[in-house]
Amino acid sequence: MNMFLETLIGGLLAGTMYSLVAIGFVLIYKASGVFNYAQGSLLLFGALTFVTLTDQGVPALGAIAVTIALLILTAIAIEKLLLRPLTNRSPMTLFMATLGLSYVVEGVAQGIMGSQVRALNLGIDDLPIFLGDIMISQFDLIAAGVALAIVVVLSLLFNRTRIGIQLRGVADDTRAALSLGIDINRIWQIVWAVAGLVGLVAGLLWGARQGVQFSLSLVVLKALPVLIIGGFTSIPGAIVGGLIVGAGESLAETYIGPYLGGGITPWFAYALALVFLFIRPAGLFGERQIERV
Amino acid sequence: MKRLLVAALLAGTLFSSFTPASAEEVSQYIPLPTYRVGAYASSGELWWAGERDYFRYINEVEGGVEGVKLNYEEFETEWSPDRTVEVYERVKAGKDGSPLAFFFTHGTPATYALLEKAAADKIPLIDPAGGKTETVDGTVFPYAFPLLFSYYSQASTGINYIADKVGGFDKLKGLKIATVYHDSAYGRASQPAVEALAKKYGFENIQIPVADPGNEQSPQWRQIREQKPDWVFLRTWGVSTVVALKTAQRFGFPADHIIGDVWAGSESDAIPAGTAAIGYSALAPYPGGTDFEIHKRLKAEILDKGKSDLRDQKLFGAVNYNIGLVNAALAVEALRTGYKHFGARPLNGEEGRWAFEHLTIDDKRLEEIGFKGLLQQIRITPTDHEGGGAARIQSWDGEKWVLQTDWIKADHELLNPLIKEGAAAYAKENGITPRTPETETN
Repeated sequence: MNMFLETLIGGLLAGTMYSLVAIGFVLIYKASGVFNYAQGSLLLFGALTFVTLTDQGVPALGAIAVTIALLILTAIAIEKLLLRPLTNRSPMTLFMATLGLSYVVEGVAQGIMGSQVRALNLGIDDLPIFLGDIMISQFDLIAAGVALAIVVVLSLLFNRTRIGIQLRGVADDTRAALSLGIDINRIWQIVWAVAGLVGLVAGLLWGARQGVQFSLSLVVLKALPVLIIGGFTSIPGAIVGGLIVGAGESLAETYIGPYLGGGITPWFAYALALVFLFIRPAGLFGERQIERV
Repeated sequence: MKRLLVAALLAGTLFSSFTPASAEEVSQYIPLPTYRVGAYASSGELWWAGERDYFRYINEVEGGVEGVKLNYEEFETEWSPDRTVEVYERVKAGKDGSPLAFFFTHGTPATYALLEKAAADKIPLIDPAGGKTETVDGTVFPYAFPLLFSYYSQASTGINYIADKVGGFDKLKGLKIATVYHDSAYGRASQPAVEALAKKYGFENIQIPVADPGNEQSPQWRQIREQKPDWVFLRTWGVSTVVALKTAQRFGFPADHIIGDVWAGSESDAIPAGTAAIGYSALAPYPGGTDFEIHKRLKAEILDKGKSDLRDQKLFGAVNYNIGLVNAALAVEALRTGYKHFGARPLNGEEGRWAFEHLTIDDKRLEEIGFKGLLQQIRITPTDHEGGGAARIQSWDGEKWVLQTDWIKADHELLNPLIKEGAAAYAKENGITPRTPETETN
């Protein structure tokens, strides 16, 4: 029983790390209907910038400030140079644009800052904590706390601020929002910047675990099943989806993996997502699309 | 008289235009499929720097190999086998008058993808410490060269080291040895050898796969904690090594009882793992460090003169840089063998095969080329395309790799029958009649 509980809790906590990545996608999809393939590249860009600055002797707080400033500038540049010229194009066109953007961001980031693996020490040791006989990762526990804090902050942003209300307006009906005089371009800039900041947090946590390097951008692959399960438009959905994927793949690897030759985590998450697609195509918390036919 | 003059002028023109082209201008073409971007760029960037620096040193300081300059050209593949196949197709006919003497695949998946194509085209595939292990048998695979250190040799050398640490082979009986492996052709490649070794020495063989990319390994290391192995053999690659070391620390498995294989033992693996990597050991057919004669020569002639391809010179002597050096040296010495036999001119694939199959680098030659301690003695033959099968062991002290042992040989008596068996099965499946090198003339 202890083994089961430890596997389950470990999986749930690992899942919050996936949720952190997925939240970045949700923010942009919610506000603009764009599936931002470049979210992984932005995550890499943020973490790589931070670690490059600290390697050069910049204090951590200064490095965070500079990185955030760069992410905001990047968001403004993306909106002005990429999204604005493509306004009213099909979702597929916008998706392809973000696909191209991801290659540009990765290439430029590695070109300027190098492709060597960098160690990132956030001062959080990946040591075990014991609750009776059940072992929990201290690092995962803190990551889960960070994910929770982000959800709270984003909820406050969406529900209690003027910008948040405008953002929800744009998400609900872009044309209506435009007719009310909401500056949609500014909203997009803000959303991309916030998604960049969430990506930075995710990048720092994943970077501390596996080193800051190109493969950091591949953690987005973990976010896709999370989004399918939780829904593309819901932040709580991203959290719940992450928990389901994390717990599901951890239990499956431990209890089903040995019968299937092991190493089943990557496809198991997608198989789980497929099941949810059949049962609930919009995801657990996603908005159902109702269209006139 | 006028005709004679014209004829003499024409002859002179022809002579002056052809002679330099054949004797001086035509260099040996060496395409390099590389990955400076993508998931494995952190290894690649240093690897290509090592290869390029050594080729540059040969061209600029030694005037080429037996006078033949090397014309090397990079092609970005992002370690993708399909792109490497595309590169192969583009370059297999050679370039600027030079045929292709061999093709570096720079990756096991690419070697697998090209195995049959290259055999048909008669172009040797060179994949040191990689490739398909059965290709050690040159009678079935005349055009594949997993030089230095096959995956079977990696398993055997690892077990030999463990035996040394526990006080002898008889002490292996009853031990539990777990292999945590990247769930891919590369990761699974050592399994038959470990199985045979377990049978021979009586240890329990536990195999635990990690799916790519391996950035979450709690279930695997929870299994380790449950099964309590005495040693772990880590056959991971890229990010899965870093995460393995960190997760092992979290689950309380000591790093000094983990032995990494060749592709899990570079600075890119150890540095990001931080304290979790201290005491971790790895097989080193390509040891790290700059305490070798070749590094002094390169520093003086290439680095200090600003000609190095290294972006960050602090990484001079990193394991991946040294991999590049060793691989380039193997190519250079094979070409030298070929030029001595066929004459100093660019070689084609069949001549390249002959050159590699007659490559011998003994201690004396290692001293001469400055690779003593960095490269093992090697003797390739038409029946043995590995030619070495040994590695040193290095341990991470928190800042750098420190060599712990001299060269440890694999158990070839045990491995050769396995290799022969695998090669014979491949030959049967593909309708190949194994060649008989002793009857060949060259």
